[in-house]
Amino acid sequence: MNRIENAFKNKPIFMPYFPLGYPNLPTSIDVIEALAKNGADLIEVGLSFSDPLADGPVIQKATQIALEQGITVKKSLAAVAELRKRGVTIPLILMGYFNPMLAYGLEKFVHDARDAGADGFIIPDLPLEEAVEFQALVGDMPLIQMLAPTSPNERMESIARNARGFIYLVSVTGVTGARTSISDGLGDLIQRVREHTSVPVCVGFGIGTPEQAKQVGALADGVIVGSACVKTIGGNDNPVEAAKKFAREFRGALG
Amino acid sequence: MTTLLPPKFGPYGGQFVPETLMPALIELEQAFVDAQKDPAFRKEFEGLLASFVGRPTPLTYAKRLSEQLGGAQIYLKREDLAHTGAHKINNALGQALLVKRMGKKRVVAETGAGQHGVASATAAALLGLECVVYMGVVDIARQEPNVFRMKLLGAEVRPVTSGTQTLKDAINEAIRDWVTNVDNTHYLLGSALGPHPYPTIVREFQSVIGIEAREQMLRDVGRLPDTVIACVGGGSNAIGVFSGFVDDENVELIGVEAGGSGIASGKHAARFGDATKARVGVIHGTRTYVLQDEDGQIAETHSVSAGLDYAAVGPEHAMMRDSERAFYTSATDTEALSAFQTLCHTEGIIPALESSHAVAEVIKRAPTMRKDQVILVNLSGRGDKDLNTVIKELGENL
Repeated sequence: MNRIENAFKNKPIFMPYFPLGYPNLPTSIDVIEALAKNGADLIEVGLSFSDPLADGPVIQKATQIALEQGITVKKSLAAVAELRKRGVTIPLILMGYFNPMLAYGLEKFVHDARDAGADGFIIPDLPLEEAVEFQALVGDMPLIQMLAPTSPNERMESIARNARGFIYLVSVTGVTGARTSISDGLGDLIQRVREHTSVPVCVGFGIGTPEQAKQVGALADGVIVGSACVKTIGGNDNPVEAAKKFAREFRGALG
Repeated sequence: MTTLLPPKFGPYGGQFVPETLMPALIELEQAFVDAQKDPAFRKEFEGLLASFVGRPTPLTYAKRLSEQLGGAQIYLKREDLAHTGAHKINNALGQALLVKRMGKKRVVAETGAGQHGVASATAAALLGLECVVYMGVVDIARQEPNVFRMKLLGAEVRPVTSGTQTLKDAINEAIRDWVTNVDNTHYLLGSALGPHPYPTIVREFQSVIGIEAREQMLRDVGRLPDTVIACVGGGSNAIGVFSGFVDDENVELIGVEAGGSGIASGKHAARFGDATKARVGVIHGTRTYVLQDEDGQIAETHSVSAGLDYAAVGPEHAMMRDSERAFYTSATDTEALSAFQTLCHTEGIIPALESSHAVAEVIKRAPTMRKDQVILVNLSGRGDKDLNTVIKELGENL
């Protein structure tokens, strides 16, 4: 059983996002290790890009700081290897925009990601139509497919049918960032997706509190928390302690 | 999933956008294809181009400039005389009519120099649409008159403070707004870039420039030009005028990028001119030549003209460059400012700083050509918006 399948043994799972290099590289590695060892079931490890057009202000700012601190794809992959050395055993999915991967060289990127110990990829600006070239390179490392509330049924079907690992369901139209409430139609949306696939369905965008995570966790197989995680941990004087507390609270809320 | 129209130009173009936006692109493509086939749409669009924009724009023989340079005869396609002062209105009106067709009520737009923002605000006012324009604070400072114009026309101008605070960041913010409000909002993209179908739609709506210019050359001059020159930021005015001549194999097509402080300085926006910084990449939904660093981070660009100050170029230009159907060069800030003054003095026309880059190439090239040869230059916009910048740059030399 691979690491991703293994992670979904106890659903719903808690899936935080944190960008490498924020607020600096050593701290971000410590933060991700702390999240992993205090309740996170899978972590989306963020790769930074100068023009993150699917992200709201919190992640924009954090990844901007990471870039100012000198983060690169190469350093990010080395950080993933370091996390494995420290005994992090949960799945680590690389989440980033396509251009830095292209610049690194797609084949080399996939190869080095595998060597470093990454388990898969999330690339928000690589929809189904453009993913053919990348899909051919990834082998058993899934390129996680995203679905949105705007996806019509026919499109949802063709994306979900070929999905591997899990489905990343964007819960709201919009960019990343916490919202004050969970959308009313979420249950129906998840049900629509489940009709087309047997892989787990995880929900992200807009989940900011343990209470919201609990609500979403009652419907979905996994809960993705990005901006709230970055804001709470990055804004704390002791990010590692904040990460431990954050992971425990969210994991606790999911039962 | 297949598209109705070809989504790529050779290896360039495509649809590199978040999944949330894919249905909107599919809807837009369908609306565009339907509209192109609908005589009523074409009649309304062409009617507005005539009665509202003032088309056809004239072809002006630049007699004194031609004499002064002593070589080729120079003709100007006067997009500066289009309503709102630039070619941008052609595309803004076309897309705004598509918006009505799709039943959406709100448009968002990005703007660099402000010309596309003004054109969008104008089209929105004409057709009764809500309009929000994103503009980098650096550009707001250097194109202030256009900010007032947009506000007067009823648009909301939202300052963009993220990233480099110029056109690229304005596009990011416009896309973020679009992805959030996609149910009722259309992204009125102003250049021949972005995800499919935008590069094709923008070219089609701007092709009126090339169609008119070709007819005018044949009618008024009795022949086609030897060379067509246009400035290239995203590349919409260039693709518009080029499209009229692309099948005329003997007509040479020249695009002029922003050379900024010179290629060697690294401060420029010459995507085709700097092999050390420009590589094929993906930005704002399209695969094309992109100025970037080794790690794939988009580079900061520089140009005296806000409208050319962008790190990527339209994908069709990338294809035309590879196939050598068009050739691309650059003009520096200094050359553009000098060309700006030359055109003012010799022809009584104040050109936009963007268009001045094309004029700068005319000044270099015309003297090397024979007197019986002809250059057509697309004067994409007028320079009133640039007076603050020019006064600052030229200072006491004015």
